[in-house]
Amino acid sequence: MGQQHDAYFVPTKSFWPFVAAAVMFTTMFGAAHWLNAEPGDSGFGRTVLAVGAIGVLGMFFGWFRSVINESLSGRYNSQVDTSFRMGMMWFIFSEVMFFGAFFGALFYIRMFSVPWLGGEGHGALTHQFLWSNYAASWGADGGNGPAHVGGSFSTVAAWGLPLLNTLILLSSSVTVTIAHHALRAGHRGKILVFLGMTVLLGALFLNFQAHEYIEAYRELNLTLHSGVYGATFFLLTGFHGLHVTLGTIMLSVIWFRVLKGHFSKEHHFGFEAVAWYWHFVDVVWLCLFMFVYIL
Amino acid sequence: MSHAAIHDQHDDHHGAPKGFFQRWCMSTNHKDIGTLYLIFALTMFFIGGSFAMVIRAELFKPGLQLVQPYFFNEMTTLHALVMIFGAIMPAFVGLGNWMIPLMIGAPDMALPRMNNLSFWILPFAFVLLLSTLFLPGGGPAGGWTMYPPLALQSGSLAYVVFAIHLMGISSIMGAINIIATILNMRAPGMDLLKMPVFVWSWLITAFLLIAVMPVLAGAVTMLLTDKYFGTSFFNPGGGGDPVLYQHIFWFFGHPEVYIMILPAFGIISEVIPTFARKPIFGYKAMVFAIASIAFLSFIVWAHHMFAVGLPLGADIFFMYATMLIAVPTGVKVFNWVSTMWGGSMTFETPMLFAIAFVILFTIGGFSGLMLALVPADFQYQDSYFVVAHFHYVLVTGALFAIISATYYWLPKWTGRMYNEFWGKVHFWNSVVWVNVLFFPMHFLGLAGMPRRIPDYNVAFANFNMISSIGGFLFGASQLIFLGVLIHCVFFSKKKAGERAWEGAKGLEWTVPSPAPHHTFDVPPIIHDEELAHGNVNA
Ligand code: HEM
Ligand SMILES: [Cu+2]
Repeated sequence: MGQQHDAYFVPTKSFWPFVAAAVMFTTMFGAAHWLNAEPGDSGFGRTVLAVGAIGVLGMFFGWFRSVINESLSGRYNSQVDTSFRMGMMWFIFSEVMFFGAFFGALFYIRMFSVPWLGGEGHGALTHQFLWSNYAASWGADGGNGPAHVGGSFSTVAAWGLPLLNTLILLSSSVTVTIAHHALRAGHRGKILVFLGMTVLLGALFLNFQAHEYIEAYRELNLTLHSGVYGATFFLLTGFHGLHVTLGTIMLSVIWFRVLKGHFSKEHHFGFEAVAWYWHFVDVVWLCLFMFVYIL
Repeated sequence: MSHAAIHDQHDDHHGAPKGFFQRWCMSTNHKDIGTLYLIFALTMFFIGGSFAMVIRAELFKPGLQLVQPYFFNEMTTLHALVMIFGAIMPAFVGLGNWMIPLMIGAPDMALPRMNNLSFWILPFAFVLLLSTLFLPGGGPAGGWTMYPPLALQSGSLAYVVFAIHLMGISSIMGAINIIATILNMRAPGMDLLKMPVFVWSWLITAFLLIAVMPVLAGAVTMLLTDKYFGTSFFNPGGGGDPVLYQHIFWFFGHPEVYIMILPAFGIISEVIPTFARKPIFGYKAMVFAIASIAFLSFIVWAHHMFAVGLPLGADIFFMYATMLIAVPTGVKVFNWVSTMWGGSMTFETPMLFAIAFVILFTIGGFSGLMLALVPADFQYQDSYFVVAHFHYVLVTGALFAIISATYYWLPKWTGRMYNEFWGKVHFWNSVVWVNVLFFPMHFLGLAGMPRRIPDYNVAFANFNMISSIGGFLFGASQLIFLGVLIHCVFFSKKKAGERAWEGAKGLEWTVPSPAPHHTFDVPPIIHDEELAHGNVNA
């Protein structure tokens, strides 16, 4: 055990968890209903989804506000702080595993299923019986499988926007670290500048990614339907993009909290949690750049 | 920094809050949340059980008699999903919630509000899942493993996928909470290697949960996009592969079965020493065995896929890796038996269930070994032999451990003793009928009866009828359990002392029974001789 505590802290009752469960349910029920809607459906599912999504936003706002207020009133001791840190670290680990599932799928497809479809290996008869003139390859010619699902497409060139985005995310990791050092040194102005830059870089990244998607759909005919290439491309970059979005929002919240003077040299778990998250998103991007764009 | 503010609200410092909604829906109390989990699990156990009754009724005789094949398939699918995610896992989380803080001297879970959220997600998730039975598209019917392309035909796939997402979120948050509690909230002096084996087993299980639930989320997300958004993950025409789903699913699935058994190992390691009145034999070996089982569980997944046509090298690797698990598992069984050896044993209901666990779980382990043999598994795959295997490890394994734990800690929860006579009646009925129910399935499987089929060859008629009779009676026996519980909670006059069982050791037996709403407001002083494993180094 790290340090001794004379007393433990247990938070008060709160209705936010129950509200959270209810709005999550509403969102998912709405989404499921919408996906299953028959043609001519009244749009009930979409309405429920929207209500749920607004509820989720409200819930986050309310819950975090109450936690921030408690934190500011000095009720959290160092043990609570450690619990929060552990919580955040293990949460990030779970995210790593989530991306792991999609990267695993990508590797499996590139190393096994596509070559097998092209006739490699023993006993894989699909090639022989169904698609004997499919020559396995990845990328524009072959990445959408022997049936050319989604029609011919071209891939996004790694050394254009993706490279730019890599530089953007890398520098944002640097700026957020500078902001962290500034926080520990107590230079509020410097924190605000560098944290602000991080937020802007995040937004810039998202902007470029949106451009990339539009171009992929409009000009390259690279879509979700483009066989397994399109599937892995869009789900990997898409989930990453969602995480960047979330990270950018969290960074902006932190920026406002810095502005309001919520953090001290010693107490700034909120800041650090978001910074960890940001670095995690950055590392995922490096893997993406490597395995989705370059290789 | 850490003065005064123990509990924010002074009015609930001593007792439980009064209002119903306040107490149960807004709780930050590990005992109340634990109770909620346990009641939820029991409810789901009976719902899932009723699905099983439908299955056994249909299989009572060859031919179709009661239900339509599609409904039958919905029943097998939902039976599994409800039992796994609704009964077994929440029951373990409930036990962990109740007992971990008491066992390590913590005032509560590390993140009490998240704890409440983890629980409340579950009822909503199961409403979403079970509502599919009443939807025009029908419920999921492609088996709990949801293999594509079959699962993609289900009309209500989106509901199922989202329900699984919710359950996953709940499990991950629950697991994070448990890890943070164990690593951060132990009373000073409660060293890692003095913790009860149950706490250890939960620490490792929680790690497994965080590692694999996101992978399941990924797998079902791919199902979702394949069905509704036109992706080709599992469509060979587009370069994908249905076998890919199986890899991802079982990368989750095999650790998942250990998620359902490791806490059971922990429970048995608490119960047997108590009633044998001896410390556990080989405490450290028990802990390392759990850890190595957890590690190995990540490299054996393809033993569920031997028959899909993996490359030979893969088959062989996964065969040997799977067999390796038998080693640490054997260590555990050996140590339980050695703990009993020479002990002064008494046979109260928790102990009876624990002993039945040791014997019957071992049978399940042996059938697992048979299944791990690639050439043999080519025969057994998708037969009733597999059904027999996993019911021995899950019903007489995980479920018996949960029942044992319930009888064992019930006095601590309620402050009263249950009726020992009826507890024993419950035990003997359960243990007899569960074998009548599941043992014949071995023979059926070896003779070639496929699983997940509503009708079968007349050659299988006798064993199926025996199995169904066992099933109905096993189901009925659980009503005795319900009766014993209700009696104990509401009517029993027999008070339980702090140390409800003569041989019980550990911090949880030093607090009053029933455990007060708040325990350990200040970290307790740990006396090694109080602990079950206080003198490991001696
Ligand atoms: C000595 C340890 C074990 C070994 C060697 C083992 C081996 C296996 C094998 C090879 C299969 C695949 C059979 C097939 O589909 O052909 C299997 C299935 C299964 N096992 Fe085990 N197992 C062991 C322990 C356990 C435990 C402890 C549990 C759960 C508590 C468990 C739960 C299951 C389940 C649920 C299935 C069936 C999954 C399905 O297809 O629906 N097993 N086991
Ligand atoms: Cu397995």
